[in-house]
Amino acid sequence: MKKIIAIGIVFLLVSCKSEEKKEAISNPKPLKTYSKDGISIDSYNFLGLEPYLKKDNDTTYVVNFWATWCVPCVEELPNFEKLNAEYKDKKVKVLLVSIDFPKMAETKLLPFVKEHNLKSEVLLLNDPDANTWINKVDSTWSGAIPATIIYKGDKRRFYEKSFSFEELENEVKQFQN
Amino acid sequence: MKTIKIFAFVLLAGLASAFTYKNMDAAAGYKVGDIATDFSLKNIDNKKVSLKDFKDAKGFIVIFTCNHCPYAQAYEDRIVALDKKYKKLGYPVIAINPNNPEKQKDDSFDLMKVKAKEKGFTFPYLLDEGQKIYPQYGATKTPHVYILQKTAKGNQVKYIGAIDDNYGDEKAVKEKYVEKAVDALLKNKEVVVKETKAIGCSIKA
Repeated sequence: MKKIIAIGIVFLLVSCKSEEKKEAISNPKPLKTYSKDGISIDSYNFLGLEPYLKKDNDTTYVVNFWATWCVPCVEELPNFEKLNAEYKDKKVKVLLVSIDFPKMAETKLLPFVKEHNLKSEVLLLNDPDANTWINKVDSTWSGAIPATIIYKGDKRRFYEKSFSFEELENEVKQFQN
Repeated sequence: MKTIKIFAFVLLAGLASAFTYKNMDAAAGYKVGDIATDFSLKNIDNKKVSLKDFKDAKGFIVIFTCNHCPYAQAYEDRIVALDKKYKKLGYPVIAINPNNPEKQKDDSFDLMKVKAKEKGFTFPYLLDEGQKIYPQYGATKTPHVYILQKTAKGNQVKYIGAIDDNYGDEKAVKEKYVEKAVDALLKNKEVVVKETKAIGCSIKA
């Protein structure tokens, strides 16, 4: 019996590992990784971010564009954090894409993530020529933040607005049916 | 008593619909080719400013901007440079702060005066009191540029969007959208890139 469990564990470990590998191949290399006090954030240009906006599986992705200096963004962050925590086991994943100025990544962004103990995945988008990529996120986006995309496979919706937790939960539920 | 109640209800309903209408306006706004309405807004010297005051202008570089937004701050020096270059050629910068100072304390009228002095603004810096003008234009963020050209029909929108293609590093700029557009207008040519998008801070109404 013990042997079977052991084999099972080994099998699980191996399968986890191979999945990690697959993920690593499909995700491009970051431009730079910023680290401080145990917090680590990868930065990407838009080409590097794009795969995160186009994952094709049965998970519902909630991608929020924000910045530490954006007051309405910071106000709604707890709602995204709550969603990420409460829907963790329901195939929902929150991704927080910061558009903070890269030169402030170490002085503002990393301390903010630590102070607010953010659990959702945080990326830094470093691509100053926004005119080339705003329309690729969504053609209706004016460029104002906060902005959010919710998608699962081919189904996607874009929102240039702030969210309460209830509103966010309602939107996500429409993707889960 | 009853009449007061009914009156209050009608008033509330009226207000509610007024707000809905305002929001719809904001979503629409001007497209390139539209005629922009004039305004009369308070400048930092307490005098009202309208586009019609600029008798010799050929057009305007209208920029919705504000004090607090880091993107707006990143462009302050470049906005001053635009005014310096194009005012004498007939296209002055008109800066408008669209934010409601009640919602965004850093964008108060008094702090606008401080900002203008600090950064040496050479152009009007107007407060959109009551947040009435930016929805007509369709501005959604700061900074957000509208280039207008004086025509027989009025001030026609010729360009909407970003100042250039790099907010973070002026030295790395490759495309100066606003300069190219005004240069084309000065030569009586068609503006090639009429609309661009940029990241900005949402307007706080």
